[in-house]
Amino acid sequence: MPKITFIEYNGTAHTVEVEEGLSVMEAAVNNGVPGIDADCGGACACATCHVYVDAAWEAKTGEKNESEAAMISFANGVEPNSRLSCQIKVTAELDGLVVRMPAGQH
Amino acid sequence: MNDAPIDLFAEAAEAARTTPIDKIDVSQPSIYQNDTWRPWFARLREDAPIHYCAESRFGAFWSVTRYKDIMAVDTNHKVFSSDSQLGGITIRDAPMSFRRPSFISMDPPLHDDQRRAVSPIVAPTNLVNLEKLIRERSQKILDSLPINEEFNWVEKVSVELTTQMLATLFDFPFEDRHLLTYWSDIATADLLSGKVSSEEERNEILQQCVKYMRALFKQRENGPPRFDLLSMMARDPSTRDMDDKMFLGNCILLIVGGNDTTRNSISGGLLALNQYRDQYDKLRANPALIETMVPEIVRWQTPLAHMRRTAVEDFNLNGAAIKKGDKVVMWYISGNRDEEMIENADDFIIDRARPRQHLSFGFGIHRCVGNRLAEMQLKILWEEILARFPEINVTGPVKRVFSNFVHGIEEIPVIIPRRH
Ligand code: HEM
Ligand code: FES
Repeated sequence: MPKITFIEYNGTAHTVEVEEGLSVMEAAVNNGVPGIDADCGGACACATCHVYVDAAWEAKTGEKNESEAAMISFANGVEPNSRLSCQIKVTAELDGLVVRMPAGQH
Repeated sequence: MNDAPIDLFAEAAEAARTTPIDKIDVSQPSIYQNDTWRPWFARLREDAPIHYCAESRFGAFWSVTRYKDIMAVDTNHKVFSSDSQLGGITIRDAPMSFRRPSFISMDPPLHDDQRRAVSPIVAPTNLVNLEKLIRERSQKILDSLPINEEFNWVEKVSVELTTQMLATLFDFPFEDRHLLTYWSDIATADLLSGKVSSEEERNEILQQCVKYMRALFKQRENGPPRFDLLSMMARDPSTRDMDDKMFLGNCILLIVGGNDTTRNSISGGLLALNQYRDQYDKLRANPALIETMVPEIVRWQTPLAHMRRTAVEDFNLNGAAIKKGDKVVMWYISGNRDEEMIENADDFIIDRARPRQHLSFGFGIHRCVGNRLAEMQLKILWEEILARFPEINVTGPVKRVFSNFVHGIEEIPVIIPRRH
């Protein structure tokens, strides 16, 4: 199974194994990784699953669609590599993905 | 569980079961005031989850009552508009001349710019700054409460704490802070509630708000940077040149947004713990449960019963043929009781696995800006309550607000028997 590493705002890293087909958000929530709230449960409707995708992985995680772009624009501390983790699907290609968390989810 | 007298509740349950479906009208403020709304929505969720009411005091409207359908409307802002000129975000259509734009009642792109202008007020770093202040104030308010003597919890705690918070967010003269609560109540009052009797009267009172706020706004246009809602609006290109209507609209949005809602969560939480004593015991045994209790309070109370949209094109919503121009009401209060999404949804359970899975803050581009601030206020308050008082007992019937929008409580008589 692909491995994903989440780095909390305070620097703590968590590496988890996830089934393909789940979202990166679910990877965190199902494994008790703190720092991702996911209030809407993955409906792209709350922007509380905000992560920064490590530069090396930006191309592989794909583009934001229109609704993700709209929601994420209201998150705090948005950067060009900001993504909503519920909108990134885990594939074999993403084995080794590293994402960082913002200071808080709003 | 509800607090209406038994016969009133039984009557409502019977009426909800037997009224012909097309005659059901959940816009009647009385069902919220007397706390008999549950069976009506249970019936709609079961028999007509997207329900058309052809005639009501507020005209014809669709009721969307299930969680998933509400989510579908809330996240489709292209079809379901919030525009104040179409009627805005409440079931009540203000007369054309009193329709006030504010960013909650706007669509993109202006909504987006104005929302971004004020949202730094609740950025994580600012929340950390506010935490200390909120704690000190909560402590002060709680320490001043009478022991072994009945008082109104709403007035002494809920209103006081939220009004102080609001004054801080606006950097509003502290001694005049009661004006904020007053304007908030006037802005949302039902015309049959006795608080205002006409839209003209409402408007006249709110013009005082414009005048007062304009003066502060002017002072804050220049000078060293300040961190309050008025200064943020005075300095952002999307909000600095607002006419009086939009200025008032946004002031009222920020006043009501942060006021009634948090107030009624503070009141509703105390009531819930009194109705579900086993949960109160569980909380006392393990105060760490405050973390999951807070979102559960916000779900259980659902401080805003609904948000309204207007369809700007024909749309098939899960089988319902909604026409361009139709009024569509998302009843959050009902979606939060939808058993398909929330187990034992009528019950107050402080250790749910996914407590933030509720509709009280809305979803999509209008999702509540202040949701983490509201949660933080509740969290701090309950930490301080548990540190002081072994119990707070509701001693008599509560008085609720006559409104289908603000789901609120005006009076909760309580006694605090002793301190720790
Ligand atoms: C428990 C407390 C609160 C509840 C239940 C609540 C509820 C809501 C709801 C239902 C919406 C509309 C969501 C939608 O249409 O999808 C909203 C929007 C909003 N709320 Fe809150 N709110 C609360 C506290 C606050 C606080 C403390 C503030 C102040 C900072 C605030 C400011 C706002 C603003 C500015 C909007 C408009 C957002 C937009 O249109 O983009 N709210 N709130
Ligand atoms: S979980 Fe809500 S937007 Fe991703």
